[in-house]
Amino acid sequence: MDTTSNRQTSAGNAPSYPAGYSVRKRRSQKMAFTIFRILSLFIVLVLFAILGFIIYKGAGVISWDFLTKAPSDGMTSGGIFPAIVGTLLLMLGSAIVAFPIGIMSGVYMNEYASRGWVVKFIRLMTNNLSGVPSIVFGLFGMALFVKYLGFGDSILAGSLTLGLLSLPLVIRTTEEALKDIPDGIREGSLALGATKLQTIWKVVLPMGMPRIITGLILSLGRVSGETAPILFTCAAYFFPQLPTSIFDQCMALPYHLYVISTSGTDIEAQQPIAYGTALVLIIIVLIINLLAGLMRKHFEKRLKIK
Amino acid sequence: MKRFLEKAVKWLLTASGFVTSAVILLIIGFLFTEGAGLFREHVIEEGYVLALNRENPVKRMNAAQIKAVFDEDVTNWKEIGGPDLPIVTFRLEDADRYFSEEALGKQYENAGALIAGLVADNPGMVAFVPESMIPEGADLNFIEDRTISPGEVFAGAEWFPTATPAPLFGMWPLLAGTLWVSLFAILFALPFGISIAVYMAEVASERVRGFLKPVIELLNGIPSVVYGFFGLIVIVPLLQQVFGLPVGESGLAGSIVLAIMALPTIVTVAEDAMRNCPRSLREASLALGATKWQTVSRVVIPSSMSGIASGVVLGIGRAVGETMAVLMVTGNAAVVPTSILEPLRTIPATIAAELGEAPAGGAHYQSLFLLGVILFFITFFINLCVEFISSRNRAKNR
Amino acid sequence: MEKIEAKDVNFYYGDFHALKGISMEIPQNKVVAFIGPSGCGKSTFLRLFNRMNDLVPGSRLEGQILIDGQDIYGPGVQVDELRKNVGMVFQRPNPFPKSIFDNIAYGLRVNGIKDKEFIAHRVEESLKGAALWDEVKDKLNASAYALSGGQQQRLCIARAMAVSPSVLLMDEPASALDPISTAKVEELICELRNEVTIVIVTHNMQQASRVSDRTAFFYMGEMVEYDDTKVIFTNPHKEATQNYITGRFG
Repeated sequence: MDTTSNRQTSAGNAPSYPAGYSVRKRRSQKMAFTIFRILSLFIVLVLFAILGFIIYKGAGVISWDFLTKAPSDGMTSGGIFPAIVGTLLLMLGSAIVAFPIGIMSGVYMNEYASRGWVVKFIRLMTNNLSGVPSIVFGLFGMALFVKYLGFGDSILAGSLTLGLLSLPLVIRTTEEALKDIPDGIREGSLALGATKLQTIWKVVLPMGMPRIITGLILSLGRVSGETAPILFTCAAYFFPQLPTSIFDQCMALPYHLYVISTSGTDIEAQQPIAYGTALVLIIIVLIINLLAGLMRKHFEKRLKIK
Repeated sequence: MKRFLEKAVKWLLTASGFVTSAVILLIIGFLFTEGAGLFREHVIEEGYVLALNRENPVKRMNAAQIKAVFDEDVTNWKEIGGPDLPIVTFRLEDADRYFSEEALGKQYENAGALIAGLVADNPGMVAFVPESMIPEGADLNFIEDRTISPGEVFAGAEWFPTATPAPLFGMWPLLAGTLWVSLFAILFALPFGISIAVYMAEVASERVRGFLKPVIELLNGIPSVVYGFFGLIVIVPLLQQVFGLPVGESGLAGSIVLAIMALPTIVTVAEDAMRNCPRSLREASLALGATKWQTVSRVVIPSSMSGIASGVVLGIGRAVGETMAVLMVTGNAAVVPTSILEPLRTIPATIAAELGEAPAGGAHYQSLFLLGVILFFITFFINLCVEFISSRNRAKNR
Repeated sequence: MEKIEAKDVNFYYGDFHALKGISMEIPQNKVVAFIGPSGCGKSTFLRLFNRMNDLVPGSRLEGQILIDGQDIYGPGVQVDELRKNVGMVFQRPNPFPKSIFDNIAYGLRVNGIKDKEFIAHRVEESLKGAALWDEVKDKLNASAYALSGGQQQRLCIARAMAVSPSVLLMDEPASALDPISTAKVEELICELRNEVTIVIVTHNMQQASRVSDRTAFFYMGEMVEYDDTKVIFTNPHKEATQNYITGRFG
């Protein structure tokens, strides 16, 4: 190919740039970024409005009695103790279901599954499961646990349903935590004569633990606020005494907030209770996010030291 | 022993690896079994018949016509393809308007014969009575009973699951309501979502970003009932005032709440995509004299388009499946929406609101499971789209 | 006439003193090569000429850099105006995920040129200038990613030249290319010297000796020696330079 014959100096026909365009484009940049800044600020305000509103209205309601007493007078006074206990029980129950299975599943995908279609397939299914709407989990839990397996409306059925719902999140965080551990560390352990299982148990899992725990905490947060899955599997409208077995129904904070704010008998009297319940829910979410944030910071610091 | 343990653990891990797949299969299985049962149910309530006068040639009526007749929206047989005769409806409760208590008998033992006679005497009458009551060999016509057809369910425009004599399971209003409210939610969320993602990925300093990130995470963490509650207490009355609506519970209220809820998904995924845009491309653009904004709008955004699209599609998925918040603020009127300012009802909200009252195993119960199947497949499809978009993107980046 | 002048340039990344008191002049329409071991500061120095280091948080510059006698870090200097005049080609080919045509037209468009005819004309000119026209003239609307690595790099050179800069900075432009593509890029550099002043950073000493008029040797953030290329490669004055070009370190 002859490169010289086609050559011509490009300098001969230099572009003449429109005067002032540089100023114009900087101005439009400023405008665009200002719009983005305002929209971002707006969302921050939305969050603060929601939080502020609920904290402002709910703070006066919260008292020791509110947190430790059962509802009374047709749920127009008294506290939300059974709902708090119920939500904590459901969090615990779902954790018992989701954590072991989720972590094992994540370990399997990252450490055992031969590369290729198996991992791809499981990941696809896990992603799909995480996209399944919570109300569908509710339907499914009702059909399988409540009716087919005969658990009835119970903490057991609710925990199982919520456990399955949080499974994808646990699997994904486990998988991601383990994926970031360099292969050299595994090889180092194997080279010392450790078996694969010993390597995973003594080296890989402890290293991935901080991030796995962060994921677990976030999944608990999600469970604490879910309503739709427990509507037909567990939640009781009014169940003032504490549950005594896993086959009992229980109250739960999100469901309590729902019934009190939509189908209350005496809106005037119940509204403060609704604010208080919403605030307790928000506080749980704040604590969970704070915990997860601290875990993450701690983990990042450790990484930096390395 | 040690080898055995290794084997056992491996087996156990493999089994847990397939749990999510198993759950998906179980969900499909259970929802389908219950949902498909709807098409084995009869149009007319179980154990009842619609009896007509011998002279009346009408043989078939669909559920919508039956409802129209008994609601007295249709008052002449010719409107539904029969003779020119005024329609007289008869329900069992109407018996004492025609007959004395003595005549009917203490246990209504004579009611069957009396009603049969009444229908035989009134050419325009249609009676909704238990099948067992009608004496054998009564000289009457009966509306042909058949099972519910998929057509009237999926294309039916009316959702009256508790109507008698024939409940209507037309899912179109619910489907339309779901899509309508999700569409608006995404329209609201999109400009905000993209702007915030661009701002966080490209404009904000590390400190500002370190502040915005938890804000977005918190928005994601707030339970949907709390959104619903906030919507109900603040947004609904606000909309009612601003637009002068008879009721503030409306599609618009739902869309606004859903937009806030879908936002974190869009922002997180889109921001991730933009931050993954290679530095070399930005530098190339800046080195040519482009401003940062030109670089973002002409290089970064186009090259992260598939990631941004994934975020938006995931956001749509979240909006379509959201239950409680929507249930609390949309007003739940099962009509095909014509304006976003009217109350409407979505599929998830319908399931949540009605399953508690639907007798287990009945047509209503099954129809709600069928809605669950539809919802499941909508979101399943959405997820496959995301999967497709991102796998294509991975292939492109390789 | 001096095109670029650096006066006692010190540059810091946070606490790290990356460039130590460098002064040099680069004459118009010459090719100047920067050589030196990895981490010696040659790329950092190059990236000061179009203020690419502005993007690095925590960085700080002391001293002056003048192009055509104007302090490019002075007040009132707009970075985008500067970069229009000082083009850059990077280590790895980095075409935009756009068509070949749009890649070349990008620089013109972001600087406000809307005349389609002129843009089309200029795209052709630039591609011819980069000896790429014959290879791509039938597929201007194809994605730039469909080109080979060497073609992509020449596309990037054409893209930089389309804006008609008077200085072209090249940061190891051939290090990711095979020998044949490298030869083509080098040939191109030799031809472009008529139009622009070229500053090229390279790891490859043969390359520096083949394409450059003058060569600067950098070591540990200092400019050890700067002279005619012939002198540097045949009769360097400093021992460090001698050691480097004979391959005793680096």
